[in-house]
Amino acid sequence: MLKIWSMKKEQQKKDNDEAAAGGKKKKVTAAQLRVQKGTNSALSPDLNELSLGSTMTTEFPDPDNILEFILTITPDEGQYTGGKFTFSFNMSPSYPHEPPKVRCQQKIYHPNIDLEGKVCLNILREDWKPVLNLNAVIVGLQFLFLEPNASDPLNKEAADDLRQSRDNFRRNVKNSMAGGSIRGVQYDRVLLK
Amino acid sequence: MAASSEDGTARWQYLNHIRKTKGPFNPPTDDEDVTPEMLDTLGKSTILVIGAGGLGCEILKNLALSGFKNIHVIDMDTIDISNLNRQFLFRKSDVGKSKAEVAAAFVERRVQGVKITPHNCRIQDFDEDFYMQFQMVVCGLDSIEARRWMNATLVNMVDEENPDSLKPMIDGGTEGFKGQTRVVFPTMTPCIECQLDLYAPRAAVPLCTLATIPRQPEHCIEWAHIIAWEQEKPFPSLDKDDPEHITWLYQKALSRAEEFKIPGVTYSLTQGVVKNIIPAIASTNAIIAASCCNEALKIATSAAPALGFEDNYMSYHGDEAIYTNTFKYEKKEDCAVCGSLSKPLEVDPRWTLQELVDSLATNASAQLKKPSIRTDSKTLYMRFPQSLEEKTRPNLEKTLREGLGLEEKQEIAVTDPAFPALSFKFFLRFT
Repeated sequence: MLKIWSMKKEQQKKDNDEAAAGGKKKKVTAAQLRVQKGTNSALSPDLNELSLGSTMTTEFPDPDNILEFILTITPDEGQYTGGKFTFSFNMSPSYPHEPPKVRCQQKIYHPNIDLEGKVCLNILREDWKPVLNLNAVIVGLQFLFLEPNASDPLNKEAADDLRQSRDNFRRNVKNSMAGGSIRGVQYDRVLLK
Repeated sequence: MAASSEDGTARWQYLNHIRKTKGPFNPPTDDEDVTPEMLDTLGKSTILVIGAGGLGCEILKNLALSGFKNIHVIDMDTIDISNLNRQFLFRKSDVGKSKAEVAAAFVERRVQGVKITPHNCRIQDFDEDFYMQFQMVVCGLDSIEARRWMNATLVNMVDEENPDSLKPMIDGGTEGFKGQTRVVFPTMTPCIECQLDLYAPRAAVPLCTLATIPRQPEHCIEWAHIIAWEQEKPFPSLDKDDPEHITWLYQKALSRAEEFKIPGVTYSLTQGVVKNIIPAIASTNAIIAASCCNEALKIATSAAPALGFEDNYMSYHGDEAIYTNTFKYEKKEDCAVCGSLSKPLEVDPRWTLQELVDSLATNASAQLKKPSIRTDSKTLYMRFPQSLEEKTRPNLEKTLREGLGLEEKQEIAVTDPAFPALSFKFFLRFT
């Protein structure tokens, strides 16, 4: 057998490495650690509310499970101002190899969100990379409310409305947020007041 | 070793020749001939193979024919008829049986003197005590999650006071005509988690393309899988192995393809897209398994330099031409698994969590002034975000052992905004 142990001791001597002893139990998993790290990192402030700003808050239904939480967005700019939208976030043990699963919990009228709450955001699917973090996703969601995008439609009718007439689209957004229906589809009431 | 055809010595003639021949690369035998006892050590080591599928069948056969005599194999799967074209240890009559058991029995039958112990279960069903018995681990897996688990377990097992706790891990992987062999010396060389960014995420088509402008048969199938299924929920939950479910998706995809005039949706394509089947190539498996076993033999015998300390990653490309490249991947300082190893933290079990938090700020080896602390299953105290801080604040008043149920040797992970990229792991030592 290769003399691995003596090589390790040599390496440690060279690196001035502190010894770490083994025999511990119940180790923390990598997916959890990545999320935990994200919570207070200044560079990638995944869940740090100070940097999320006043329009977004997070809530952990089970504080012991940091791989699941609810994000609330209350836009203070754009056509969706005055609404309150919640998204469920779900990270699998494969995170960050796999992107977080994100769902809008209300039925809303939005070109990039379908009636089941699925979101068309590139970094949630085709453009996800393990180097990305939750903060990137949260900023992306916020942006969808500021700038709904008619060229990547999930709700095709809403996208057509946006393309054809911004005023008409704006009226539909207002109507839908108040719980009204558009073309026979009843939307959830999401108004703050 | 007495030469006789009875104990199969003739079989090892060429292998022994390689092992006995002095070369510039086999330092342990610098000044003496390789004795029969030394040759024998190979047969005395115990090696673990994870996976008895495409790679695993090859690996088991290769290891047995390389002179390893004590082999264990873990696989939770049963044999499917579609495995038979390449998983050559299985026959039609084996369909439905445990892969580990059938593979072990087959190789034992064919190679005299080898003992293969099958384990028909998940790797997660065993604890560190089980893995401690092996000198080396060879992985022939198709799942990233299983690799990450095995890797983290082997890194965690390294005990400064026990040389036998460091187990080399040889990881083979194939996808179609491409493959790779990596060797990890846990805590010493880059681990699987360090290299996580190398995995290309599964190629995905934008959701909006599926929803509005499908262009390919695959788009229609993904639409049926992701969008139509959820809208209509024909069955309570999707079972990708249930022909009835796949047929439903196939019909949906077919009618959508007709609507958009896209040819090419078939039942087998539907099955392939939904189950994300990447065609497995028998020759790729054979090449990668050979490379893995070559490394295993070199590490076990020191007969020649192995992958690991210098170059540690061999990539093989057989799709457009035949090309291999071997290079050195660097260790990641902020790796979540091997970047910081658990250090002992002396605490009084009667302390409150607040006292532990305070001690982390003054502890010379920690100096963490704003720590957030978790165990594997419990959030002890998180400073951010606010909602979590409020929920975990009451824990600060609780005592470690009585109030929070922490145990001796429990691992805790600590993060601090002052070190955004790092996490610190400690295990508790009660005073």
